[in-house]
Amino acid sequence: MTTTWTIDGVRDALTAKKVSARELADEYFKRIEARNPELNAYLTLSQRRAYAQAHRVDEMVAGGKALPPLAGVPMAIKDVISTRGVKTTCGSKILENYIPPYDATAVERLEKAGAVILGKTNCDEFAMGSSNENSAYGPVRNPEATDRVPGGSSGGSAAAVAAGLAVAALGTDTGGSIRQPGALCGVPAMMGSYGRVSRYGLIAFASSLDRIGPFATNVKDIARVLQIISGRDANDSTSTTAKVPDYAAEIEKLVKGLRIGIPKEYFGAGMDGEVRKKIEAGIELFKRLGCELREIRMPRTDYAIATYYIIATAEASSNLARYDGVRYGLRAEGDTLLSMYRKTRGRGFGAEVKRRIVLGTYVLSAGYYDAYYLKGQKVRTLIAQDFRDAFSKVDAIVTPTSPVPAFRLGDRTEDPLQMYLADIYTVTGSLAGVPGISMPCGKVCGKLPVGLQIFGPAFGESRVLQLAHAFEQAGGANL
Amino acid sequence: MKISREDVIRVAELAYLDLSEAELESYRNQLDAILEYIGKLDELDTAKVEPMAQVLADDQTADATLREDLVVPCAVAEDVLKQAPDPEPPYFRVPKVIER
Repeated sequence: MTTTWTIDGVRDALTAKKVSARELADEYFKRIEARNPELNAYLTLSQRRAYAQAHRVDEMVAGGKALPPLAGVPMAIKDVISTRGVKTTCGSKILENYIPPYDATAVERLEKAGAVILGKTNCDEFAMGSSNENSAYGPVRNPEATDRVPGGSSGGSAAAVAAGLAVAALGTDTGGSIRQPGALCGVPAMMGSYGRVSRYGLIAFASSLDRIGPFATNVKDIARVLQIISGRDANDSTSTTAKVPDYAAEIEKLVKGLRIGIPKEYFGAGMDGEVRKKIEAGIELFKRLGCELREIRMPRTDYAIATYYIIATAEASSNLARYDGVRYGLRAEGDTLLSMYRKTRGRGFGAEVKRRIVLGTYVLSAGYYDAYYLKGQKVRTLIAQDFRDAFSKVDAIVTPTSPVPAFRLGDRTEDPLQMYLADIYTVTGSLAGVPGISMPCGKVCGKLPVGLQIFGPAFGESRVLQLAHAFEQAGGANL
Repeated sequence: MKISREDVIRVAELAYLDLSEAELESYRNQLDAILEYIGKLDELDTAKVEPMAQVLADDQTADATLREDLVVPCAVAEDVLKQAPDPEPPYFRVPKVIER
């Protein structure tokens, strides 16, 4: 049985000199060596960088210095987040050999806080997918059931934390890409409000939706990592100056009397019966914790997937125009500049990315812009309005994270629309910009984790974390 | 049918994307199904709704005013050029654009 390290556990062991940061890094690299060939959670390991950081931490311990908040904590970073000097592929052939010349702000802040970056985790190409099967470097397998997907797109980060190959990890969420794999792998996974965490160095998919957030084995660790990566960054004009509370302190607050909204629209057809039972048990648990349950309506929920796939693909088609074979990444030779562009992009991008570029270009093109893109932006207003209306009546919203547990590899690859519908309960919060967490809520078929999702109002991360913590402490994971 | 083969060819042209015959056909079919599904948005009357390009309210962003335009050191050219498929420092080399 391998030890499940927590951030507090690492700190205590380092302070008591029971373990060194170097030994801890050794242990994690050994675990990765043993388990990664099967899981394919990591694409690149950053030993040199990890050991240099571990050395710095060990010197601090030796010198009796106060340790920074994440000192010695082994962490994994999704491969769409830039790491200086460490290959960052976005799960794509077009960036197969790309080595970023700078760090994402979130990575820089983690390292400044003492974290040890073990490596880069596998994901769907450019974060486009819900099963991790769109990676150019092969799918990740779910540690709980290796014939099944880990969810996506941050499947590698979710699997790494679930399998004990990292204490915590960063993922990114555009339509559910943190919360859904968190649910399918059975670990807490959170996206803060849009603007909470700097996107500087996050390789863009859909800029008005992309967010960086943590995976961990427990809510306190989620709070600690979110704390470090949150806050204004001059390099991202959409990062806000909103104050960052002490999340780890906030989670201890009592949840008694909080009003929880249960939107009827999240419990419709298409939901697995066993998953429904677990979520209902999870909702009961909040009642036992003294929360007040209220049935609410969010009437535009059913339009969220359609809206999302207009806005996200439109933004993606624009963002991915930068891959042209000139400045970085793959170049396919062509006689003319245009033929070089076309061949590079045709060969470098995988099937799902090309599909989304075509769709996104179409919805933005002359004659279709009003019918699709503008329409999508208007419905986005209505979906955000649903959330504002709900939060005028309740303190948080509880829903399932995913309508189904982890499915088998290959089960949904034939029909892109079916794959898109896997995000039906998560894309709403993405469009509205609110924070959300997925919490382990029991297992079905004896082994497949179920995720319960908690939404809070914009910049209500503390409330979301309080509820998640209370749920966890009351045994939510074992329902 | 929402999208024709010619539409896909036109869009791929706009996106500078080489698509094979097989890709053209499968994308046309798949995009047709996706656009059909997206068509459900027409059920909603949005005549009086403002479009939303981003979610942050005015008081939530830091840049109500633009920052001062300051020159700061940025010595990354060498690292950046190292990533180029065909660099000729300090330039990126590309196939000939202008015919003589």
